[in-house]
Amino acid sequence: MIDINNILPEQIKTDLPKISAGDHIKVHVRVIEGDKERIQPFEGDVISIRGNGINKTFTVRKVSSGVGVERIFPVNSPKIAKIELLKQGDIRRAKLFYLRNLSGKAARIKTK
Amino acid sequence: MSGIIGRKMGMSSVYNNEGNIVPVTVIQAGPCQVVTIKTAEKDGYEALQLGFGSRKEKNISKPVMGQYKKNNLTPSYILKEFSFSEISNYKIGDEIKVDFFKEGEKIKVRSKSKGKGFQGVMRRHGFGGVGGTTHGQSDRLRAPGSIGASSYPSRVFKGQRMAGRMGYENVTVSNLSVVKILPDQNLILVKGAVPGSINTIVELLKK
Repeated sequence: MIDINNILPEQIKTDLPKISAGDHIKVHVRVIEGDKERIQPFEGDVISIRGNGINKTFTVRKVSSGVGVERIFPVNSPKIAKIELLKQGDIRRAKLFYLRNLSGKAARIKTK
Repeated sequence: MSGIIGRKMGMSSVYNNEGNIVPVTVIQAGPCQVVTIKTAEKDGYEALQLGFGSRKEKNISKPVMGQYKKNNLTPSYILKEFSFSEISNYKIGDEIKVDFFKEGEKIKVRSKSKGKGFQGVMRRHGFGGVGGTTHGQSDRLRAPGSIGASSYPSRVFKGQRMAGRMGYENVTVSNLSVVKILPDQNLILVKGAVPGSINTIVELLKK
């Protein structure tokens, strides 16, 4: 049986830091405005990693001026210039969707 | 219409040159061996009978096995006929591979859709159901309504849309573009969805 998510190895990134749920990361996203390209950072906690191979995605959650913002990134997207691992979290489950119901001090993640 | 036989492997995605995700269906296409050549003199029409995959000899009837033995071929999983315009370019035993298609080409894909079982008229034909739940009405939410007039014609017209078996029928999807071809692995990546479940036999047709 062919692993259909890994048939194009040249499109799968190997140079990224190993991130897992609970990590605090900064994603540098390439944004094209007109004909200019600039880097836009998105900083937050990884609350979920799903899929495999080329279909792998991760969800980053941050609270921006009191409003929760979540963004799903495909890991292998060429639009991600860089991923910075800022803090490693100490968590007990793979998906941290419970953070959506928490706020303030309760929504903090312990660091390793 | 010329084409080859393949097997649907499932859906995935690839990145295009702009860095955007393109949804693709991965199809294992070919190699297909030419089993029989139908000629205008002998059969009244021109076509190639192609075989795909492999099958054990004990699972093939003797008359069909004779067709393979005549030309020293190994038995295929499935046989399908395609009308190639230049059948003189092919001879029995030739393999037609996935590089029969080019990247960027628009193709047609035909396969059996997923079976949905016995379905009512709302799901099968998009009917709206009958009225509401109030005014003493009950059990009529998903009903088909009237299926015809009374004493004239005193029968139901043929073709009246009713509940019944849905799906598992041949569906052709046109204008699917070939995103990528991997000749080493006999894979073809077609943009968008293709009818049927994983492991469905599909026909890939040139436009």
